[in-house]
Amino acid sequence: MTQTFSSTGSDRFVGSARSRVDGPAKVTGLARYAGEFTGPDLLHGTVVSGTIARGRITGIDTEAAEAVPGVIKVLTHENRPRTAWLDYNYQDAVAPPGSPFRALYDDKIHYSGQPVALVVAEDFETARHAAALVRVSYAAETPATDLTAVGDLAYDPPKKRSGIKPPPKPWGDADAVFDTSAVKLRETYRIATEHHNPMEPHASTVIVEGEGRYTVYDKVQGVSNSHAYLASVFGLDKDKVRVMNPYLGGGFGSGLRPQYQLFLAMLAARDLDRSVRVVLTRDQMWSFTHRPETLQTVSLGADADGTLQALRHDALAPTSRFEDYQEVVVNWSAVLYRCDNVALTYKLAQLDVFTPGDMRAPGAVTGVFAIETAMDELAHATGLDPIELRLKNYSERDATAEDKPFGSKALKSCFTQGAERFGWSRRNPEPRSMREGRELVGWGMATGVWESMMQQTSAHAILTADGKLEVGNSTGDIGTGTYTILTQIAADSLGLTMEAVTTKLGDTDLPEAPVAGGSWTAASSGTAVMKACRDVGEQLFKLARQMDDSPLANVDFERVAFAEGRIAVADDPARGVALVDVMRAAGVEKLEATASAAPDKDFNATYEAYTHSAIFAEVKVDEELGQVRVTRIVSAIAAGKVLNPKTARSQILGGVVMGIGSALEEESMMDTRLGRFMNHNLSEYHVPVNADIHDIEVIFVDEEDKANPLGVKGLGEIGIVGTAAAIANAVHHATGKRIRDLPITIDKILA
Amino acid sequence: MLIESGSPVAADNRIGISLTINGQQRELQVAPWTTLLDLLRERLDLTGTKKGCDHGQCGACTVLVNGTRVNSCLTLAVMKDGAEITTVEGLAGLANDGAGSNGLHPIQAAFIEHDAFQCGYCTPGQLCSSVGLMNEGHAKSRDEIREAMSGNICRCGAYTNIVDAIEDVMQGEAR
Amino acid sequence: MNRFDYVRAGTVAEAVQAFAGAPDARFIAGGTNLVDLMKYDVERPGRLVDITRLPLTGIEERDGGLRLGALATNADVAYDARVRERYPLLANAILAGASAQLRNAASTGGNLLQRTRCYYFYDTATPCNKREPGSGCPAIGGVSRIHAIFGTSEHCIATHPSDMCVALAALEAVVQVAGPAGERSIPFAEFHRLPGDAPERDTNLAPGEIVVAVDLPARDFGQNVTYLKLRDRLSYAFALVSVAAALELDGGTIRTARLALGGVAHKPWRNARAEALLVGKPAERASFQAAADLVVAEAKPQAGNAFKVELARRAIVRGLEQAAAGTPQSITDKRIQ
Repeated sequence: MTQTFSSTGSDRFVGSARSRVDGPAKVTGLARYAGEFTGPDLLHGTVVSGTIARGRITGIDTEAAEAVPGVIKVLTHENRPRTAWLDYNYQDAVAPPGSPFRALYDDKIHYSGQPVALVVAEDFETARHAAALVRVSYAAETPATDLTAVGDLAYDPPKKRSGIKPPPKPWGDADAVFDTSAVKLRETYRIATEHHNPMEPHASTVIVEGEGRYTVYDKVQGVSNSHAYLASVFGLDKDKVRVMNPYLGGGFGSGLRPQYQLFLAMLAARDLDRSVRVVLTRDQMWSFTHRPETLQTVSLGADADGTLQALRHDALAPTSRFEDYQEVVVNWSAVLYRCDNVALTYKLAQLDVFTPGDMRAPGAVTGVFAIETAMDELAHATGLDPIELRLKNYSERDATAEDKPFGSKALKSCFTQGAERFGWSRRNPEPRSMREGRELVGWGMATGVWESMMQQTSAHAILTADGKLEVGNSTGDIGTGTYTILTQIAADSLGLTMEAVTTKLGDTDLPEAPVAGGSWTAASSGTAVMKACRDVGEQLFKLARQMDDSPLANVDFERVAFAEGRIAVADDPARGVALVDVMRAAGVEKLEATASAAPDKDFNATYEAYTHSAIFAEVKVDEELGQVRVTRIVSAIAAGKVLNPKTARSQILGGVVMGIGSALEEESMMDTRLGRFMNHNLSEYHVPVNADIHDIEVIFVDEEDKANPLGVKGLGEIGIVGTAAAIANAVHHATGKRIRDLPITIDKILA
Repeated sequence: MLIESGSPVAADNRIGISLTINGQQRELQVAPWTTLLDLLRERLDLTGTKKGCDHGQCGACTVLVNGTRVNSCLTLAVMKDGAEITTVEGLAGLANDGAGSNGLHPIQAAFIEHDAFQCGYCTPGQLCSSVGLMNEGHAKSRDEIREAMSGNICRCGAYTNIVDAIEDVMQGEAR
Repeated sequence: MNRFDYVRAGTVAEAVQAFAGAPDARFIAGGTNLVDLMKYDVERPGRLVDITRLPLTGIEERDGGLRLGALATNADVAYDARVRERYPLLANAILAGASAQLRNAASTGGNLLQRTRCYYFYDTATPCNKREPGSGCPAIGGVSRIHAIFGTSEHCIATHPSDMCVALAALEAVVQVAGPAGERSIPFAEFHRLPGDAPERDTNLAPGEIVVAVDLPARDFGQNVTYLKLRDRLSYAFALVSVAAALELDGGTIRTARLALGGVAHKPWRNARAEALLVGKPAERASFQAAADLVVAEAKPQAGNAFKVELARRAIVRGLEQAAAGTPQSITDKRIQ
């Protein structure tokens, strides 16, 4: 089982609310993002996007564009330099099975918005102007982009995506038992296509350093992924490429995989032997990955008292024609609820679209919306309180994983504390029973669940003779607060102030870490930093013992503690010595260590690990006009130890806000004749604005977990999961209308 | 005619303008199609002002022109000849009784204290918009602040903290 | 964005003259819509005539009403004390639109001249009769959530996106224009066009004409007005349906009724018969419903925007109820009264 460290200093900073260490850089405009770095003679690339969804390019006329003074070159499939041949070379660390998209590869059009040319010019405005002069002709074929029309072609993906659990084999006989159940409920649910739309558009700046060396600033959630991709695709020596990304203007999954602007920037930089920056437009943020529209059917058979007897959850999701993107959609139903007869299926159908991708709590946002709405329907049908129904069917083990127990599961505390804070007991269960002026008031709740994961991660720690500590690795802080929590962990590990610690991230010259996603960064990078610091601490301890008249003579490492810049005997703090004095005495300029953290195999063999939440939502609905307002949310979270309540709360707030968007606003609307998303801008693709967001209260319930020495489980995704269901359930409570198709827009309330 | 540029196709189609940016007067030659946003970011290396959509749909590019908040992405620089521009880099210099000991404008300090940002990309626009809102003086209640800040999208969802930060500064000034 | 030359005019005459020399010229003031469209390559002017230095920023008393200079910004107008006091309908309509930043830049004249937000108009990858006459209208039978239900043609189902114009239509403002042929006044109802077979023309302005002012008539309807806007989020979104309602009451009886709808047609939509129907009727729900039924009877929706018919019907009733009650809808309080 996991070791706990006896001499990690005191928890002075860890667990306390701290402002972001990157705050000053972000509020003064000094924080630079990928498209803001520059180099000598930087060129600017503008992408020309294709206009058809399926077919071939029959001609590209670049003459007018190339005639514009300042245009250096127009790269197309006809004149692009050669890159790697095999699919394998394009498969990044998180690629699903298939043949990854290659920009400007050939004349084939795979989806609408596909990049078909890159105009490279001396300045941005010239590139943009010339890009509009490129004329592309096509032989168009009829695209298939309507998921509802391709259900017959659905298939079970033959190759499973690494790290994504396929649905387990069924157990019991869900169909037969459903048929004979006292209470039966079978409904279909749909979630619309969503696009991540981080505020920073995707951008890459490739600086040509000479002698075959490149420094690359890439908008990616993990520079190591882009680093390996560039080396593999362009046949580069990894030592000659450095990928950096100190700040990322939001990712939400859109930056997990290297996107095509990185490929194009490097392609142009190598072709022209000049530094190149490529920044996508906001419209082009619809030209790659997205959360897939998904059609689901949930069948629940229960006794009259609400005990589940049969559970069936079937999902159909689209993928591209070139990759089988997969996410966990249906398993959540059986993770959350105990049932003896279960069947779960997940099928894909190919469309002429780009490969969908992970978007904040991928699959869980989708699947949990369906099961948690269905459970609310069952509560209504059986007359049970929604919480009571959930407790009745509460799972203590993970039936989708050999029935292993959960490492920790404080979901019951979430129900209790969330309900208490929300005032749930005052709810009149009858729909349409609560009213305020013209508005109907609805209270709904739902459960959220997300995996708690760790990934193989390295980190280093360097203590210098001036008492300053640097820690870091290659992962990115995508807005989650990673800089801050790692600083807290490092400071506590060696008993330093946070000001004495500098955390460096997003640089492939630093020890390797995986992409920042899956809510695994705090556990993974946090543990690695802690171990690296501990290693430095041991080195210090040895040096301290060697000092003349060492106060630590005859003391074991397990008995010392680091605090206030000193190493001292834990139960006799007077017996100690300042770290800087240890180093001065030993004549060392710096002490450094690199450590790695990995999932605990013993723990994982015994337990399954998830974070949980209970979300309570209040909506006010002007029924006559269809307007829904979310006036109150309480989100109670069980996610192990909270390293920094301030940044942790923000993670949940952000998840809830995106969940409100998913519930009420977000939908990329496809013209299925053109195979094109038509509302490809932030004016017509609605994400929540300030006026949409009212009171959100976040509760972290106590939960002890031992999957890693920090006891953390991750917070990046759990805030969004279940939020849409809680809101949909509140809308039902307010109006009596059950809306199973997200987003819940005015027209659906009116219908 | 006050000003006529040369031919649109001439490479030297530049017009001389004068802007005071963050207190510093600058004489600049700009093309008619250069937006204030691109001028700041691409020519003057003031990358604090962000390009989120380039179409007035997100507010990340918000700056103060003569104390009024506008979307710099939809503003042609040539049309602001003679104006005073304040970007996030110049906010501290705006503070009434000088920046605090931390060298920040009170709204910058409040954003840090209230954790009113995550990724930081919309933040410069939120900050300039907040100062513009306070200059306007129309928004007082939380509801009014929410509405008046709705032109600044924060995809990380820091809205409630942003309102807290603005309220905090407004109450501080009222004291 | 294409290349263009730039002229900064000092007087209206100069502006008109600068325009006359370049058939593909555009006047620019706030630029909030024109620069937007230029970046999408939808607008490709050969010349921009900058009119921001023209002396048209004022808001002045005139004939018992107000004259809004064409360069008064949306914010100037919405927060003008006289406008707030006498024309709350206009102030609320303006504040229901766009964002504070955009309202600070956008001009009165430009608001009238803003172009549709139709997805297809904005996307040069698709045909559009408004952008490229004769190329077709894929919005018909396509993604039509935001499109028109009234006054459409087989060539175009776009809507006019303004909120301000809906209020101006209800107030029966008058647009003052200047051009090569001199000055003239255009009643608001005649300013914007229906698409017909020339959807490329949004207004009845002659080539080279410039809006110099918008006159608000003396009749202001006091507090018996409302601007009600329904949209896909609570702020910073265009109207699915909006209603500007203004009533003159004699006790409980309607003496005059004005009703204009936004988000449903190529221009602010009024229905004279419905307004006439209300006159002399008691200011109560049944009367409002009858008027609403009359208005929506003419709707010709698409599959994607059929909901707007019922939404418009209900919004009209609510808007008139609010106007009758003298409770202008507050833009800040998202609860609809």
